[in-house]
Amino acid sequence: MATQTSDMAAPLPGSSDYEHATSLGLANDKLAIWGLIGSECLFFGALISTYLIYQGRTGDGPTPAAIFDIPFTSASTFILLMSSLGMVLALAAIQANEMRKFRAWILATALMGSTFLAGQIYEFSVFVAEGFKLTTSPFSSSFFVLTGFHGFHVAFGILMLVSLWIASMMGRIPQRLHTTVENVGLYWHFVDIVWIIIFTAVYLIPAATSAAAQ
Amino acid sequence: MATIAEHDTSMTTRRGAFRRPTATTGWVSWLTTVDHKKIGILYFVTAFFFFLVGGIEALLIRVQLMRPEMEFLTADQYNQIFTMHGLTMIFFAVMPLGAAFFNYLLPLQVGARDVAFPRLNALSYWVFLAAGIYIYSGIFLGGLPDGGWFNYAPLNIIGPNPGDLLDAGSPVAEHVGRMVLYSVGLQIAGIASLASSLNFIVTILNMRAPGMTLMRMPIFTWMMFITSFLILFAMPVIGIALWQLLFDVRFGTNFFNPAGGGDPILWQHMFWIFGHPEVYILILPAFGIVSEILPVFSRKPLFGYTAMVFSGIAIAFLGWGVWAHHMFAAGLGPVANSAFGLSTMFIAVPTGVKIFNWLGTLWGGRIRLTTPLLFATGLVGMFTIGGLSGVTHAVVPHDYQQTDTYYIVAHFHYVLFGGAIFGLFAGTYFWFPKVTGRLLNESLGKIHFVLMFIGFNLTFGPMHILGLWGMPRRIYTYADGMGWNFWNMVETVGAFIIALGILVFMVNLFTSARRGAVAGNDPWDARTLEWLTTSPPPPHNYDMVPTVTSRDELWHRKYVGEGESPPVRVPAGASTDHDPADAAAPHQTLPAHGPGHEGHESIHMPSPSYYPLVAAVGMPIMGWGVMLGGAMQVALLVLGGLITFAGLFGWVLEPSAEETH
Repeated sequence: MATQTSDMAAPLPGSSDYEHATSLGLANDKLAIWGLIGSECLFFGALISTYLIYQGRTGDGPTPAAIFDIPFTSASTFILLMSSLGMVLALAAIQANEMRKFRAWILATALMGSTFLAGQIYEFSVFVAEGFKLTTSPFSSSFFVLTGFHGFHVAFGILMLVSLWIASMMGRIPQRLHTTVENVGLYWHFVDIVWIIIFTAVYLIPAATSAAAQ
Repeated sequence: MATIAEHDTSMTTRRGAFRRPTATTGWVSWLTTVDHKKIGILYFVTAFFFFLVGGIEALLIRVQLMRPEMEFLTADQYNQIFTMHGLTMIFFAVMPLGAAFFNYLLPLQVGARDVAFPRLNALSYWVFLAAGIYIYSGIFLGGLPDGGWFNYAPLNIIGPNPGDLLDAGSPVAEHVGRMVLYSVGLQIAGIASLASSLNFIVTILNMRAPGMTLMRMPIFTWMMFITSFLILFAMPVIGIALWQLLFDVRFGTNFFNPAGGGDPILWQHMFWIFGHPEVYILILPAFGIVSEILPVFSRKPLFGYTAMVFSGIAIAFLGWGVWAHHMFAAGLGPVANSAFGLSTMFIAVPTGVKIFNWLGTLWGGRIRLTTPLLFATGLVGMFTIGGLSGVTHAVVPHDYQQTDTYYIVAHFHYVLFGGAIFGLFAGTYFWFPKVTGRLLNESLGKIHFVLMFIGFNLTFGPMHILGLWGMPRRIYTYADGMGWNFWNMVETVGAFIIALGILVFMVNLFTSARRGAVAGNDPWDARTLEWLTTSPPPPHNYDMVPTVTSRDELWHRKYVGEGESPPVRVPAGASTDHDPADAAAPHQTLPAHGPGHEGHESIHMPSPSYYPLVAAVGMPIMGWGVMLGGAMQVALLVLGGLITFAGLFGWVLEPSAEETH
């Protein structure tokens, strides 16, 4: 509360909608992002559960082992994971008040995210050309809705990263930005971590089990 | 005295499309408000309106079922009306009525000036309203959802129909349109609930007054905290199920359609993993309200505060492990049925703890039989009946007999009407003087209670009997000679007695708001912080943020004496942090700002904003886009998307509070 403001070295800028320190000492919006991430876990949990139930229900369509291109998806996964490194470096740069470096890394992060997204769009179009469509089987429906939902999260993250870049080019105060960058970073890392789980559950495990069966 | 920094109209800055609104009265102030108290009032008025709509739907149902083979409604109309009765009461009446109390009381109870994110709070309200308007727009767009609030697969999977759903004369398009309204309407409502739950969680964790530890929080705040976590984790699950349903009916995916290899039981699982926590989302706020009211009118502290907190947490936790008791008849097998039967019996334990603690609170108290107490004890009694019939569902063979009969309808109305609605009315009578500065009329209130109590038991009591005699739910009429005629007639009479009670309440509300007795700060001799400030509270809630030293903070400022000895009123001026010089606010002496602030004139409140409203307006437009085909679909999706994004960008670029010069 307001009386505790004097205990803090400096009030947390942009940390809450109006000025005062918080009961936990953690900024309000960071706490809200953590809450949102908790909620998102259930979003993806529901989608991944559906996929796990349906991965064997391929109907007349292709099976997971027949359709997935593991080397290609591994490469795009690697790029997405490297974008988390870019995010960390961008945050470190803005905390050190090195704005040129910050802009470079935030753009690089957005670019790596976009590369991943482009890879996903390419992958989808190849699948559709091979006759693996949204409506082919419960397996295909749950695959496209799960990975598409994740792709939408990546796209939203890219939008935020580019917005941050534009804001810094317009000369918004770095101090106000730096907690915002941290919050966007939390979201970005979460989206990456979810992809690790999706990549394992969706691509690797079905491919490995079918390889073992052969 | 600290004064709020009001904005001078001459210094408003123009930012984007809108001039920053500054009005504190008039309709623009309501459209742009970010004040949690005004948002709470908006929530209450809107949710009460939806409560009346849902109530009228209930009366239509009861007229249709009054006698066998009635032709008051067609089967199709009946399906729409019973579905909308459920959806309205759950998503647009009881949940937002809870949110109304949360909004108004949460910052007051924890000693904060507002919630953590005032504009997000406004967004929650506008999105909730948009969802209500969207789902009811079906009246003009080919019909309302008609698959029950649970909307079971494969009943919900007709189609797919990727074309224009407003295509008159196509029954498939019409049905798909209704499913889109259900799916998208509840998605939008879910966004509102998610945003407000995040807001409340952060407010409770981060905005407590100095000295207010978690275990000194008022019990209602605790129940809000638990409810918010339930919303946070339950909404995503139904959100995904609703997306999958939308994809099934619109794009022909195979999630729930057995013809394409999908599993209809998956819908039931997803729905009830959300649906069972949802019933605790509906009831826990009422539990919190009653736990505040019983101590005040028994003049005793809440019996077993710690047990009440932990039983609330236990209910919320166990609430995630009981969903399949809604699905015993689906054939999950004896192992699953036994496990969920057992967990359902377990959840009765923390609920029983609560009921005995309420009895312990009343026991030996100096009871004042006011209207809030009548409704609160009404909850304790009626919820106990509903809870006991709930335990009978846990016995699997017994549940086979009850499932899909009126026995189930009786059960959930005893817990949701006898529980949640009675609790919410208790809260309305209790906190109305804080909101308006005037008391509701006690005589009318008691008439209201008696009518509701009699009407409620006449309506829902006989449903137990009819259910055990085999009358199924969701049928629009029934044959003569089944032996159901008499009790159905009694139920319809009961429903109209409830309606009469609600009319008495509305008369009370309108007359007392203007001419009721002036309440003063603390009309009930209450125990928690919100009664410390004026009625109605100023925009900034507290001139000085109070320092909290005990659980029933206000009580301990008023009385000394512990244990067996009767409480003794503290003479004015003797309270520990009382400042005799400050007669207007005798208990608020801690400076709102520490050293380093220029003292008095710097209470800085967030400024009103148009952007939450703008962002909310885009959502139903996108929703209507989903119903159309071709170019109009793209046009509305893009238009709605642009409006929402413009609202969000305007929001981000404007500071939450304008600088004062």
